[in-house]
Amino acid sequence: MAAKQHTGTPPSSRSAGQWIIQILGELLITVGFILLLFVAWQLWWTNISANKAQDQAVDSLIQEFNAAAGGSGTQAAAGDSGDGASSVPSLKPGDWDPTDPATSAAPAYGETFGVVYIPRFGENYMRPTAEGTGTDVLDTLGLGHYEGTAMPGEVGNFALAGHRQTNGAVLDRVEELQEGDHIYVQTKDGYYTYTIYETKIVLPSEVDVIAPNPDDPTGEASQRLLTLTTCHPRYGDTERYIVHAKMENWQPLEAGAPAEIANSVAS
Amino acid sequence: MYGWIFRHLPGPLWLRIIIALALILLVVWCLMEYVFPAVEQYSPFYRDVTIPTE
Repeated sequence: MAAKQHTGTPPSSRSAGQWIIQILGELLITVGFILLLFVAWQLWWTNISANKAQDQAVDSLIQEFNAAAGGSGTQAAAGDSGDGASSVPSLKPGDWDPTDPATSAAPAYGETFGVVYIPRFGENYMRPTAEGTGTDVLDTLGLGHYEGTAMPGEVGNFALAGHRQTNGAVLDRVEELQEGDHIYVQTKDGYYTYTIYETKIVLPSEVDVIAPNPDDPTGEASQRLLTLTTCHPRYGDTERYIVHAKMENWQPLEAGAPAEIANSVAS
Repeated sequence: MYGWIFRHLPGPLWLRIIIALALILLVVWCLMEYVFPAVEQYSPFYRDVTIPTE
């Protein structure tokens, strides 16, 4: 190939064998480039496109919730700077029972119904939650709700799955979560505060972790739990990383956001 | 092969360079939009995050 272009030799001067080898070589180089492009696409581009889709989903969910709360969750006044919880709550503590949350039935597959806030992952961590754990849901919409498990606030196990790498990597930093950390879920029924009481690594076959009562899989569901599942180790999936949390508080949307996430909600 | 394609593009050199770049971008876009999503599940970086349910 080095001698190719100097003399302007017409291509027909080459033998068929030389042509085949040249084309084969060019095809192999092309395959190499496509494989590199694929890795870049998967590790980088899928996060950009999934994050964009999830941001849009969060925005429209929060608008929907604000409308449902009769506008009380929206920015009430223009001069609200410096005060993240700028909304004026129309309910005062005591107006509702924080241990008896309102709940809703699960929506149709693929439909977003909630926003998850995890302060440990940063103030800007807001991810949509959609019904179902198929790849079509998890690849674009972030956290997927295991069908048939409890909904937020229900007695039982509100179980979610999320990617750790690629496609938004919603649970990339799952190992930073500690006992006592809060996970907030916002739906049209209010804000649910869950407190992490256990993190563990299990085999994929240990299905009891998303049972209604993971601590006693044969027993009755007695608590309002939340479970996160993601792959482990990072870049691998021979195991699953599990986070268990227990509901600690519920408040209606009209009561405003819990203090810890008030800035995230308002932004 | 690529040399052959380049020589058969119409127009002067600058136009052929532009056409070639456009063709490359078209191929890359098709790969990212259609081919990669379809083959993603076979990639070693794509990991199952769920607990199997019945």
